Amino acid sequence: MDMFDEMHGHDGAVRRPYETFDGWLGQEDAARLRAKQREAEDLFRLTGITFNVYGRSEAEERLIPFDIIPRIIDGREWQRLERGIEQRVRAINAFLHDIYHRQEILRAGRVPREMIANNEAFLPQMIGVMPPGGIYTHITGIDLVRTGPDEFFVLEDNARTPSGVSYMLENRETMLRMFPELFSKTRVRPVSDYPRNLRRSLAASAPEGCDGTPTVAVLTPGIYNSAYYEHAFLADKMGVELVEGHDLRVVDGRVAMRTTRGYRPIDVLYRRVDDDFLDPLNFNPDSALGVPGIMDVYRAGGITIANAPGTGISDDKAIYSYMPEIVEFYTGERPILQNVPTWRCSEKESLDYVLAHLSDLVVKEVHGSGGYGMLIGPAASKKELKEFERKLRARPANYIAQPTLSLSTVPVFTKAGLAPRHVDLRPFVLMSKDGIQVTPGGLTRVAMKKGSLVVNSSQGGGTKDTWVLED
Amino acid sequence: MLGKTAGGLFWMARLLERSENTARMIETGQRIALTRAGSGADDWMSVLQAGAMSQGYGEKHGEVTADLAIDWMLRDPDNPASVLSVVGQARQNARLVRTALTHEAWEAVNSCWMMLRDAMARKVRDRDLPKVLALVRERSALVRGAIHGTMLRNEIYDFVRIGTFIERADNTARILDVKYYVLLPSAAAVGSRLDNVQWDTILRSVSAEGGYRMAIGPDVTPRGIAQFLILDKCMPRSLNFCCGKLRDNLRYLASDYDLRLPCHQVVDTMCRRFLSHDVNAIFEYGLHEYVQEVLQNLSALSNQIEIDYRFYG
Repeated sequence: MDMFDEMHGHDGAVRRPYETFDGWLGQEDAARLRAKQREAEDLFRLTGITFNVYGRSEAEERLIPFDIIPRIIDGREWQRLERGIEQRVRAINAFLHDIYHRQEILRAGRVPREMIANNEAFLPQMIGVMPPGGIYTHITGIDLVRTGPDEFFVLEDNARTPSGVSYMLENRETMLRMFPELFSKTRVRPVSDYPRNLRRSLAASAPEGCDGTPTVAVLTPGIYNSAYYEHAFLADKMGVELVEGHDLRVVDGRVAMRTTRGYRPIDVLYRRVDDDFLDPLNFNPDSALGVPGIMDVYRAGGITIANAPGTGISDDKAIYSYMPEIVEFYTGERPILQNVPTWRCSEKESLDYVLAHLSDLVVKEVHGSGGYGMLIGPAASKKELKEFERKLRARPANYIAQPTLSLSTVPVFTKAGLAPRHVDLRPFVLMSKDGIQVTPGGLTRVAMKKGSLVVNSSQGGGTKDTWVLED
Repeated sequence: MLGKTAGGLFWMARLLERSENTARMIETGQRIALTRAGSGADDWMSVLQAGAMSQGYGEKHGEVTADLAIDWMLRDPDNPASVLSVVGQARQNARLVRTALTHEAWEAVNSCWMMLRDAMARKVRDRDLPKVLALVRERSALVRGAIHGTMLRNEIYDFVRIGTFIERADNTARILDVKYYVLLPSAAAVGSRLDNVQWDTILRSVSAEGGYRMAIGPDVTPRGIAQFLILDKCMPRSLNFCCGKLRDNLRYLASDYDLRLPCHQVVDTMCRRFLSHDVNAIFEYGLHEYVQEVLQNLSALSNQIEIDYRFYG
């Protein structure tokens, strides 16, 4: 396959966005860079930027590997991405509103009814509910991959509770601390105002009846959750309370938090708890993470939940394949960002094709995440292929398949010098009634193993600082 | 502030204080063992008792030896009160209240835990013990310094201080409780070498040898020790000092919130009942009974604070 490297292109010549960086790198001594790489890891450990691995002992906290070579995107490339992301997020929000109200897109036959009706991610409790300001997706993370200079694809929309933004911010802080000289040579667009923008955006989405400064809080499942560091980080940077389910209770028709002076109502809850655990009275009755009755307060307009419950229907992998139609239907425009071609195994013809080409395809669970339960055909053994064939035949609707894209690479710093590794990109998008904001950059995840396409942190992937250059 | 956060701050501070106190007790035990002939098993037993760790130790090991006692108090994961367990719990509490701490305070707690975890990853050899114990003291001093130097003097700081002084008063009272018999008049009359060592132990367990000389004088007597550890106004580990700080910090909260709660009554009563007499009155009342009551009052105060400020709902 003809691999595209974002620093060295197809032919080895340094691409324009990397020129200044390459000049700097040429002057650097490898031993100093190795020392800096270690220093970076020490900094991460000290700050406590770790994540807990599910299924491991509670005490185990792991560090996500950080690579010191930045991923650089120039201003022009970014502009196009930004427009495409905005368009996509606008469409997702419109889709959610429609699907929980008149369902025009189903009536028009652009998305089949059974995609919604039989979908666990569709929340009947949200039918007819109007979230404050009509906003469903306050925070979105759009996963992008690249295969060439101008070829970007959306791999996945994360419209539930996308994580990783703390890494975007801490990666930049770390680079600033370690290589200040680099930033005086290059004009990199800042990302550090994300927490302030997040707070503003959340506050702007407060329920209508709220007067004065809205009280915002972050809801976390607790200190053993894999993303707890991020929850605490965001609450800290926004200057709002970090609450758990047992800190909250419904008091006089409001959701209130237990403070040292009694219960105080909350206007906007940025929840990092899944829908299913949000309210034991309305969803999973065994959940100890949520707030009994919060959905009733929500439906009565007493609190904003961000993201709105039920947004999962829009980033479902089966719905994903309809995104081009969805974008066109609600914006009246051609999609700026392409989808990766996707076979829905629920359809007989597609299933036959997928089974016949299994060793060339990537197969994913419709509701899976984190790189669990997926098959990468070209890398799989005969036995794994056989096993997946069985799974596909047993529950075809549970799977989609995509071609293995030749993902772009960015060099990482290794003991033997620079070596190309596959990357993806998750830009973070804020939405309120005041508009849509895309943070310039995002989280670049990198597969640390040679040739590997899996960038998920739970599977050993690392991260890089992502630079968007000023024009 | 969330009730949970207040509770987390309170416990973070208590546990950090406790880890330092335990390290100091191990240091004292080691010192006695080195300066005295004989097995020293009794001395380690009384160190374990002072740290309220003798029961768990007995269940796991039975017979008391220096090696096992040190390992139990320092790093055994089966002992929830070992220095390492306690620092780990303090760090979990700090993570819980991460948003209430400054960056520097959090990093100090986190690096304290990381360094102690590494230093105690394996059984600590005799010759490394002083270094490891010094590290515990040094790291907790750094945490205290980061908190003192960077945190706003508001309710957050008040809860940290309240946790610190409850734990410290409790620690001093427990040392007095375990050792009260060597301070009784009958023991003083004996005046044996053994008693001198025991008195020395008491002072060392609270890092007070130098302070005693400055405040009381060169002669170590039971009455002097009791005076110093219970009533002295300048000794930062005396019951009087700690209770005074508790009262002050609770008053800051009361005036900040403009709300007087039952715990304020408890602390005022405690200060009036126990710390307004002279040392002779305490001996007349009975040192043992006195210390027991102080311990009960501290525990009642701690519970009342928990309720009044809604730590747990």
